[in-house]
Amino acid sequence: MIRLENVTRVYPMGQAQVQALAGVSLDIAEGSFVALMGPSGSGKSTLLHILGLLDRPTSGRYLLFGQDVGTLDEQARTRLRRESIGFVFQFFHLLPRLSALANVELPMLFAGIPKALRRKRATAALEAVGLGERALHRPDQLSGGERQRVAIARAVVMGPRLLLADEPTGNLDRASAREVMELVVGLHRKGLTVVLVTHDPDIAAYAQRVVRMADGRLVEDREGAR
Amino acid sequence: MRFEDALAFAWGSLRGHRLRAALTVLGVSVGIGAVVALTALGEGARRYVVQEFAALGSNLLVVLPGKVETTGAAPFGGVVRDLTIDDALAVSRVAGVHKAAPLASGAETVRWGDLSRAVPVLGTTAELAEVRRLAVREGTFLPQRDAFAGGYEIVLGSKVAAELFRGQSPLGKTVRVGPYRFRVVGVLAPRGRGLGFDFDELVFIPVQTAMRIFDRTSLFRIIVECERFEAMGAVRSRVEKVLVERHRAEDVTVVTQDALIAAFSSILRALTWALAGIAAISLLVAGIGIMNVMLVSVTERRREIGLMKAVGVANRQVAWVFLLEALLLAAAGGALGSTLGALAVRVFVSFYPSFPAAAPLWAYGAALAVALGVGAGFGSWPAYRASRLDPVLALSGGRA
Repeated sequence: MIRLENVTRVYPMGQAQVQALAGVSLDIAEGSFVALMGPSGSGKSTLLHILGLLDRPTSGRYLLFGQDVGTLDEQARTRLRRESIGFVFQFFHLLPRLSALANVELPMLFAGIPKALRRKRATAALEAVGLGERALHRPDQLSGGERQRVAIARAVVMGPRLLLADEPTGNLDRASAREVMELVVGLHRKGLTVVLVTHDPDIAAYAQRVVRMADGRLVEDREGAR
Repeated sequence: MRFEDALAFAWGSLRGHRLRAALTVLGVSVGIGAVVALTALGEGARRYVVQEFAALGSNLLVVLPGKVETTGAAPFGGVVRDLTIDDALAVSRVAGVHKAAPLASGAETVRWGDLSRAVPVLGTTAELAEVRRLAVREGTFLPQRDAFAGGYEIVLGSKVAAELFRGQSPLGKTVRVGPYRFRVVGVLAPRGRGLGFDFDELVFIPVQTAMRIFDRTSLFRIIVECERFEAMGAVRSRVEKVLVERHRAEDVTVVTQDALIAAFSSILRALTWALAGIAAISLLVAGIGIMNVMLVSVTERRREIGLMKAVGVANRQVAWVFLLEALLLAAAGGALGSTLGALAVRVFVSFYPSFPAAAPLWAYGAALAVALGVGAGFGSWPAYRASRLDPVLALSGGRA
């Protein structure tokens, strides 16, 4: 489903250039659960952003669902993000002024889905993450774990094929982290392809496959414990 | 994306910063209010002048001695003949003319007892009362008699009567105008200003007497009332023709009030536009206020913008919701400003009831349109910036 061919990413930083990715080739099969590990600055977040079409490689090819997305215009990439990719972030990125329900509705709002249908699907998504009761709470009335579950509901409400998670448990206590990871595992079991960035081996242990990075390269690729 | 959803979303963002949004709205409303109020004052001034002229009677012609040459050249021969009482009588016989009143003017001290007052003195005939619709409070206007007969009757303006006689009735009393003695036959009802004269401060005496005591050979004006407003153009040319025949030269000017009204009206309309233009500067300032608030908002909401992009919101949708916020601020400012402006006009009118200040309806429409234009103009750059943010940097909260 995902194929990266010798992908590089170079950032200009003042006069110097920073090579975040120094030639990465990677295949990820549909339905797999991959953990990307590595120290800070190893390029794992950059890789995740490229996978999620938020960033473009400096060179190399990226094929998503068999399509070379480097040739797509911004509009087509936006549509892919909206319909086929879900994001979960370390800092949740919920809109503080909106209720949990409205936050989950957000992607559907901009997709032009009518209000009644939005409400129904967002409510179902919140129930699926165990927050049906707290739909009308605002983020500041929710715990960290609950916020991340709202964010997961938002990520999957459009029915994506790929879930990208950037340190989803980085800001959570262990109990909340376990709840969140059990949700992710459940989504994976239902067929969702998951790529998760973490530097916590306990979290990586949930994955089927662990890819380690250092200095913008892949340094290890092994099947996980599960 | 549905419009009502975008509107609700933009509204929700504004509600997140009530104070800031309220202050921005206030800024716009001051600008719009100023435009509405100043337009109302300018328009009021125009109406005031038009009314003043119209009070003169819309079917009046005024004959002035001397030809107003648009080229500035002196008339051929260079001699301007006097406008005489005979001319006035000839004009009064022109077909279509209802009445013609001669006017001779001067200024003299009027005395009664040991009180005196310097006043403008108008020499005229009984016809003037009809032509100018003058009402008397006491007594009568000048007696109906031959214009050449002269006589020593005087009619006082209400203020002159009040100041000289201090509550006593002046009727039948003898006042001195300069060295001459006149018998008071009437006092005008208060009338106020009209075309350069304050009728309350005038006195009227027979025209022949005025010509003599002021040593005038020419009348100051002939005021002509036409029978029908529609025929004024034709009457005007006939009056001109009669006077040209009598003088053997084109040495008089006949003006209609319409022309004067139109000229003043257009001057004052230009003034109104100028006032609105000055007020529009405050709108410019308000627009910069909108831009500032929206730029702050874009900077503060970088993560939100990054998130929107991550969940597949298109760049133009990002721009649209930010632009919509600016438009909402501007529209609210426009609505509030129109109300404030209308209120200011009301307060003004309650202090000066005679001044017909009122913003024309188009001013409200234009104010709202201008407000939206300002919102769109000054909101589009922040909106564009929001849409161009790099999602990765925006999500990390870093600077682009």
